[in-house]
Amino acid sequence: MQYNWNWGVLLQEPYLGWLISGVGWTIAVASAAWVIAFTLGSVVGVARTLPNRWARGVATAYVELLRNVPLLVQLFIWYFVVPELLPDDWGRWVKRDLPLPEYTTAVIGLGFYTASRVAEQVRSGIESISRGQSMAGYASGLTTLQLYRYVLLPVAFRVIVPPLTSEFLTIFKNSSLALTIGVLELTAQSRQITEYTFQGFEAFTAATVMYVVITLTVTAGMSLVERRARIPGFIAKGG
Amino acid sequence: MIRENSWVRCGLFAAAALAAVGLAPAPVVAQEFYGTLAKIDEAGEIVIGHRETSIPFSWIESDGEPRGYSVDLCLKIADAVKEMLGKPNLGIRFVPVTPQTRIPLLANGTIDIECGSTTNKLSRQEQVAYLPVTFITGTKLLVKSGSGVETLDDLSGKRIALAQGTTNERVIKAAIEAGGLDVDVLNVKDHAEGFLSLETDRVDAYSTDHILLYGLITRARDPENYEVVGDFLSYDPYAIMVRRDDSAFQLLGTRVLADLFRSGEIRDIYAKWFQPFPTSADVSEPPTELLEAAWQLNALPE
Repeated sequence: MQYNWNWGVLLQEPYLGWLISGVGWTIAVASAAWVIAFTLGSVVGVARTLPNRWARGVATAYVELLRNVPLLVQLFIWYFVVPELLPDDWGRWVKRDLPLPEYTTAVIGLGFYTASRVAEQVRSGIESISRGQSMAGYASGLTTLQLYRYVLLPVAFRVIVPPLTSEFLTIFKNSSLALTIGVLELTAQSRQITEYTFQGFEAFTAATVMYVVITLTVTAGMSLVERRARIPGFIAKGG
Repeated sequence: MIRENSWVRCGLFAAAALAAVGLAPAPVVAQEFYGTLAKIDEAGEIVIGHRETSIPFSWIESDGEPRGYSVDLCLKIADAVKEMLGKPNLGIRFVPVTPQTRIPLLANGTIDIECGSTTNKLSRQEQVAYLPVTFITGTKLLVKSGSGVETLDDLSGKRIALAQGTTNERVIKAAIEAGGLDVDVLNVKDHAEGFLSLETDRVDAYSTDHILLYGLITRARDPENYEVVGDFLSYDPYAIMVRRDDSAFQLLGTRVLADLFRSGEIRDIYAKWFQPFPTSADVSEPPTELLEAAWQLNALPE
């Protein structure tokens, strides 16, 4: 391969600054999207297990729609199609006056998509609890709200910490798709450095390392949560 | 006697060798290939990198096949490679590239030659090499008709879309900085997305090489609603990219192009794609004087 290696380029300005700002946007997109994903995903996941048929139907429709359409397509729909479906004034507002339009769209797209996946995990967490517990709850006079609040959710959320960690990691990696709608996050900045310096291999190696550092940090944080939230005697102690 | 005999033989040998060098056409002589030619020989196929939306240089036609001016020139080069290697059935494979991927994919050997709308720049020559210039253009602005935007200055307080990785992106960003203008930039992936952003009013202008802007207009649903404005903000000579430090392959490509320039065949190829545009009979762009001069200058004698 004919290639002039030059690792020093990564430490030069403005390229170093670009990488740092890219990391910042990646974290900003992923974190904000995670807030949406976790909140909405919990609500939808719970709704899928409720006795009410309508709530279950709506939640199931949401999950099946959002998780079965590729994220890239969803981002394009949020970015290019949705504003055209709105009344003209609103569409114009979304396209021009919305603060940080690309960032906001990316957060919404990524958050709503990941919510569908979180919802499935919340549901599986709830369904992993034996039916006897719900029955016992109802029998001792708890309302549905109380049953979820005091019996089901405290256990369910602890059970699903490991798969939730995976979702949290995935959201960081999926945030790279935000570049397709113009957010200059880490991958986009690496591309930009490539175009300015033609040192693509160095730029993408740097991006790879940064993604690994971010995700390992998240993994470490989540395993701390996992340890703190463990119910003694309830879940077999892993590794 | 023995001695004399060997001298005679030597002389005959030398004469034969001279005759071979002088008379036989280069391709027939079996030779050790290296670099790209060796790779193509070994793989049994030449891999051409093409663009997807650079009309009329290199884009995907509605039948899914890459077509265009640059693609045609590369096919001529592929023919010459077939002849050089003595493999008339050599395969040709097309691989799409983008402004961001074209240099890495060429450098790492995924593609052997890039036929798109790439500006020959000195900084890029640190990684790749170029064949002679095949087209000359420059940066202009595409706006909606009646927007009142005539120059970059008029975009103050407005937004412009720029395709990441293009020379135009840098030129416009530098001009914005130099003029202290308050122009917001939206980064887009390619020309199609830049145009979509303009079409849906996300931005007030899109900028790339003027000839590509014409190409985009011809593909619009309502071509009369768009116009190309402004002065040339840059000088962009297009050339086909090949791998660096591979003079044998570079020479082969240069020879093919010089032949086309010298014989005037280039005019027919040019007319096929630009007069008129393949996507619209209304748009026709005759070769500029500058381009004619570039052809003349590169019509090197054999």
